Amino acid sequence: MRLRARAQREPGPPAPAAGGLAVEVDDVRKRFEGKEVLRGVSFGVERGETLVIMGGSGSGKTVTLRLVAGLIRPSSGTVRVFGRRIDDLGEEDLLPIRRRMGYVFQGAALFDSLSVLENVAYPLREHTSLGEAEIRARVRHFLSLVGLGDEVLALLPAELSGGMRKRVGIARALAPEPQMLLFDEPTAGLDPTNARLVAELIVQLRGGVCDTAIVVTHDLELARTVAERVAILIEGRFAALGTLPAVLGSGDPAVQAFLAGEARGTT
Amino acid sequence: MDTYLQRTAMWYGGVGLLTAEVLRSLALPPRYFRLIIVEIEVMGVRSLGVAATAAVFTGMVFALQSAVNMARFGAENYVGPLAALAILRELGPVLTAILVGGKVASGITAELGSMKVTEQIDALRTLGVNFIKRLIVPRVLAALIVFPLLTVLADVLGVLGGMVIMFVERGADMWAYWNTTVYWVLPRDFLMGVGKSFFFGAIVTLIGCYNGLSTTGGTEGLGRATTATVVHVTMGVIVSDFFLTKLMLMIFW
Repeated sequence: MRLRARAQREPGPPAPAAGGLAVEVDDVRKRFEGKEVLRGVSFGVERGETLVIMGGSGSGKTVTLRLVAGLIRPSSGTVRVFGRRIDDLGEEDLLPIRRRMGYVFQGAALFDSLSVLENVAYPLREHTSLGEAEIRARVRHFLSLVGLGDEVLALLPAELSGGMRKRVGIARALAPEPQMLLFDEPTAGLDPTNARLVAELIVQLRGGVCDTAIVVTHDLELARTVAERVAILIEGRFAALGTLPAVLGSGDPAVQAFLAGEARGTT
Repeated sequence: MDTYLQRTAMWYGGVGLLTAEVLRSLALPPRYFRLIIVEIEVMGVRSLGVAATAAVFTGMVFALQSAVNMARFGAENYVGPLAALAILRELGPVLTAILVGGKVASGITAELGSMKVTEQIDALRTLGVNFIKRLIVPRVLAALIVFPLLTVLADVLGVLGGMVIMFVERGADMWAYWNTTVYWVLPRDFLMGVGKSFFFGAIVTLIGCYNGLSTTGGTEGLGRATTATVVHVTMGVIVSDFFLTKLMLMIFW
């Protein structure tokens, strides 16, 4: 089901070498109206790796994810995605790079005037010349990957539950068959059953559909399920970065305070 | 005061940058042409009632007021050309831009603002879609078609409204009224008003789009942005009308 036609039509940036870095963030700072939200963040994400970024509310997790997607620019520092520096690119130049990423928004961000079918089909209609039958088949395929059937096709986002909206958002992000997925609080606002379903889905996706991911969350259970490495973001800086056991064993009092549920973001 | 000036400068700068972006993105893929048709329907067809009603009654009021006062100087015969010149050059394009523009632009602000606060515009961007081409350019192009057409309609109905009320209320000879009007009114009077309406269409739509895209603060911010759009559109049309008039008089008169 790979969209080879699109890949051949649009040259875009070169694909990374297998095992190379999909994302490189170097000493990135971000200020909003004089307030510094990120204070020198650096990390890399290997191709095929899932990095979970954790932190309290307002610690800069979503800002980091939006920087990687090129939705905002850093105040200083560099961001490279698939080997190409993106922090100095204009909107038009970013489009082919963004087509190689999928972004799952915290609130799903579904187009509220379009049905589920139209939402998931949207990137296919925009970027491919597939026929209607093929598009419908692909939409059904991606919806089935997230555990949804034909009964939701005609529904509007307002008619879906929070968990279903989140899953449709994941299906839409998967539809262009991206090389990397960015998840913003994928389990926020979900009941434990739906949260577990989404966590299992992220693990399943690594089994072939999309093997590189950055997951932003404050949900330790989700991190335990999906993470290969975990970064703890506190007050705009990474207080810890490594495998989950290493981070859990960190001697940093701020990390321990966060993990104990005591830390609160201040930026 | 400094903050107010800063905000004002940022607003003008933002509208300017959006205009530049729109000009850079004018080449649309063929599949977006359908969006222009949809916008023409939304902006134009659904605004016919507002534009027509305003034009007819403005024409009638202007003719009636002029007749009563010009009769004092024995110049009632010239009400036709006076009313027509006022309508064709100013009232038709300006009133259409303010009334239809306020309605259209506040609708655009509400729609884009809602998309902004629910991250739907960011969703478009992450899907690799140029949101300027998808959301803004079709609206601006539609406005460039709709506003001149509505202005022509307003011109026709305004002049006819004035003529009818002069016949009904003042017993004017309709043929004489019409002949005096077409004798004194030149094609360039009509073209000057229609020419302005292109600019008004672009100004109105860009203001609506910019205020929508810069909406912050959830539903409360959305309400503020929509209200601000009506004020900005009204002021934008009135102020730009002066400069456009001055420019056109310099070039064509």
